[in-house]
Amino acid sequence: MKKRIEDLTVTENRRLTDSFFVLKVTSSLTLPEILPGQFVQVLVADSPSTFLRRPLSVHDVNVTENTVSFLIQVAGKGTERLSRLTQGEKLNMIYPLGNSFTLPHKGEKVLLTGGGCGMAPLLYLGRMTKEAGAEVNFAFGFRNRLRIPEHKEFKKLGIVHLATEDGSEGCKGLLTDIPALREEKWDRVYSCGPELMMKAVAAECLRREIFCEVSLENLMACGIGACLCCVVSTISGNMCTCTDGPVFNVRNLKWQISG
Amino acid sequence: MADLRIKIGSLLFKNPVMMASGTCGYGSEFDDFIDIEQLGGIIVKGTTLEPREGNPYPRMAETASGMLNAVGLQNKGIDYFVKNIYPHLSQYGTNVIVNINGNTVEEYAELAGRLTDLTAIPAIELNISCPNVKRGGMIFGTNPDAAREVIASVRKVYHKTLIVKLSPNVTDISEFARISAGEGADAVSLINTLVGMAIDTKTMKPRLSTITGGLSGPAIKPVALRMVWQAAKAVTIPVIGIGGIMNAEDALEFIMAGAIGVQVGTASFIEPRTAINVISGIKSFLEAGGFASVSEITGIINRN
Repeated sequence: MKKRIEDLTVTENRRLTDSFFVLKVTSSLTLPEILPGQFVQVLVADSPSTFLRRPLSVHDVNVTENTVSFLIQVAGKGTERLSRLTQGEKLNMIYPLGNSFTLPHKGEKVLLTGGGCGMAPLLYLGRMTKEAGAEVNFAFGFRNRLRIPEHKEFKKLGIVHLATEDGSEGCKGLLTDIPALREEKWDRVYSCGPELMMKAVAAECLRREIFCEVSLENLMACGIGACLCCVVSTISGNMCTCTDGPVFNVRNLKWQISG
Repeated sequence: MADLRIKIGSLLFKNPVMMASGTCGYGSEFDDFIDIEQLGGIIVKGTTLEPREGNPYPRMAETASGMLNAVGLQNKGIDYFVKNIYPHLSQYGTNVIVNINGNTVEEYAELAGRLTDLTAIPAIELNISCPNVKRGGMIFGTNPDAAREVIASVRKVYHKTLIVKLSPNVTDISEFARISAGEGADAVSLINTLVGMAIDTKTMKPRLSTITGGLSGPAIKPVALRMVWQAAKAVTIPVIGIGGIMNAEDALEFIMAGAIGVQVGTASFIEPRTAINVISGIKSFLEAGGFASVSEITGIINRN
């Protein structure tokens, strides 16, 4: 798939919570095929302290509108600047980057798990999962109810299970405390979020021999496999998160977890 | 039309702009964005005798106007390079230069010997300046006797164009430039990264697994420019300028300070087309100023 470097135009920037916002951009060209799990590298304009591009996972793609959207959590100066982008402003992007999630087969029962902004790539994955004819379920973990961004788009695709650490919404505890994760039978589980959360999900899947793919968020510089900064240790040696990933089957990662 | 061609030893470059080792992979990573063949050359990823996994993650930290890296020469080794990477590289119609690294003098010489036989590799860049390895690398580039020994040993077995990549982590860069020239190098390239570090105050831990790493990007450009100027005054062999070049103006500064050519590094991570833009910018500058060739402005600040 040919990668592009292009100025896209912001069509919408919508605040969801104190820290979450959805940024939607469009291209003057027809968008290339973008797969669930892929990401883009955006240039943060007028922000001298953000020297490198910022990787953003694709939250959703709308082929009819010719738009791609990102669910972003303000974490530093780069994302703060992105949160202030207004309609009509340009956003320079290198995209589409990375591999993609393996889509399920028709009739399979699938669980998509995410913590915090790790829920970002799961909307598009959920959409494509549903299109593939599989049953979509989500499980999200947050610190408290105020941290939970609006998620009606997720609800349109399947059941949404929630966990909050303080019990202010959904089940009290961590994502892995959601009973459905351990009690129901899953054909595939996908995960994106903090590493400890993904490791806990992976451990559960390895124990129950469930297919499990995770999307990693390693720090990266180039995003195109040139700098070798974003490596992850795998059974085949160090691999680039940007080009060999960001999606990895947990069986290939050398994570110190008990299966 | 201004003449952009330069010559290092007997090797001709179609223009003075190259992509620096460790920032352009093996060229193909950039195929979607640029035509590699328009470049003066590419210096491919640092290659060692044995495969290397490099340092543990995290290997990168963003800093003010730059970044630290501690990749540690991750590569699949010379055998893999010759068998699996060279065939593709040999198709490029530009100078493909291999950056070599050894733990010992003998390893450097063996690597150079192996590369002599590859007809599509017209030059090597002897890396005596990598700050991210425990043995070899910068140890050779910061000790005059060690530098002399390794350059002489490689020169003995390698008869094509030999470029020595110098470390900025020294007190007197001109001494190392002179040693390189004295031992028969055809050119020196500088600077490699400056040793630096960063700490995450939230976790109270270093940001790099190796604690220290190599600083690159515009943050180091003034230091690089000063060192290129000093080296160019110290030796008559060509000097290739590297360090924080983001655009044609930066490159022109290095050329005016005495560099025959430049390498674009970290900038390619942010804008993969930087090196190509630098070529057209230099060309426009020369044409607007009525210069017939790039050599007319090389080291211009040192003349009178």
